[in-house]
Amino acid sequence: MKIAYYPGCSAHGTGIETDQSTRELCRILGIELADLPDWNCCGASSAHVVSSELALGLNARNLAQASAIADEVVTPCPACFNRMAEANHHIKQHGAPEKAGSIKENLEVRHVIDLFSQKDMLKKIAKAATRGLNGMKVVTYYGCLTSRPPEITGAKNPENPTEMDVILEALGAEVIDWPLKTQCCGGSLTIPKDEIVANLSNQLYEMAARAGAEAIVTHCAMCFTNLERQWANPVEGDHPEPLPVFYFTELMMLAMDPAKAQAHFRRHLSDPNPLLSARGLS
Amino acid sequence: MTENTSPSTNPGQEICPASDLARRVQEATGVNAMECYQCGKCSAGCPLLEVTDLMPHDLWRLIQLGAEDRIKNSKHLWLCISCETCSTRCPNQLPLPAVLDFFRQEIIKDGQTPTEENVLHFHNAFLDTVKKKGRLSEVGMVQKYKLASGEYFKDMKLGMSMFFKGKIKLFSQSTAAKNEIRDIFKEAGK
Repeated sequence: MKIAYYPGCSAHGTGIETDQSTRELCRILGIELADLPDWNCCGASSAHVVSSELALGLNARNLAQASAIADEVVTPCPACFNRMAEANHHIKQHGAPEKAGSIKENLEVRHVIDLFSQKDMLKKIAKAATRGLNGMKVVTYYGCLTSRPPEITGAKNPENPTEMDVILEALGAEVIDWPLKTQCCGGSLTIPKDEIVANLSNQLYEMAARAGAEAIVTHCAMCFTNLERQWANPVEGDHPEPLPVFYFTELMMLAMDPAKAQAHFRRHLSDPNPLLSARGLS
Repeated sequence: MTENTSPSTNPGQEICPASDLARRVQEATGVNAMECYQCGKCSAGCPLLEVTDLMPHDLWRLIQLGAEDRIKNSKHLWLCISCETCSTRCPNQLPLPAVLDFFRQEIIKDGQTPTEENVLHFHNAFLDTVKKKGRLSEVGMVQKYKLASGEYFKDMKLGMSMFFKGKIKLFSQSTAAKNEIRDIFKEAGK
């Protein structure tokens, strides 16, 4: 079955690993992705602040392209997912903007965590693994954008999502329960108000360490960058030791094709190697 | 016989008359701020707790009271990044971020200076590159932001680390149909 694929702008920049590892996984798992032919930015956290029409217009153009390809469009970026899902929801209730082109009434917007965590897919994932994750202790960090608001995201449990948990557990990681799964990292404030983001990401590191995690696993390029910021540019004063950060798709690749996973890890600012050696995964 | 004005016997009757501001918010967003009963669940989960000047439940109360200036002069308006914790936990599902978008857009439309100017500089820098190329140029965005904010050397270390890891591209991709993107901005008056 063919699924329309929207990579999003960070796929070519700060979130390059998440796009590449998603494509690699889909090839392994036999999911055919068809890129939107001439996609544009979803407007992310900025368009809706300055103009609701702009946010809707930018996403409607992408949704029309997706409609021409398939009944569902999937993206690895939580921000793109949230903005597309919001626009799709609005269009279903109020109709599309005049110039948007034809958007399917039954078009569904999905994030890759939803795609990979379906029951039949979990079986395929376990089968495709060439090795396990050897009990690596991780916390999963979902942040905001695939969880809230649930009437837009379709999250079954916005306070305690488990999509990444079931995937990582199927691959032999130990997923540790912790209370900050869906706490906000500060998102795009990282540029104009970095002190706020530093404080929020330090709270995450502190709680993850207290829970006994060896690493934080996320699906979001924004969260990933805000967490890794602590490695390159730590705030002065007392702060917890930062942990290695992974995309969940990278850890899936670590179980299926370790060499390709290593190529992604080389782009990290955090250093995963001591942990990987200790777990016999390097 | 005197007319019975008890709300329970007159379902159309307003229990508490809405302020002009609450009416204006409802007209623009469809959200009835009078439904907030100040339980404070929104504020209990707000990640801005330590740094903000007004909490989410304060903002609902100020709309009910018609205190527009206090809302528009608050830092919270620009520090809120729509994490949607407040709206998700609200027993009446009142969407504060959508209502804050309404205030933010009015400030921008009226040409007022936002309390947190750099946050708006960031949004403008982001959208300028999208308007030009259809897609975000991370380098272009940071350049524009630095010029507007004057924060030339902030985050240099992080930016350079990411550049050397191949995460920041000097040349970004574009959407082919740039005229369609310009039209979308024009339709929105941007």
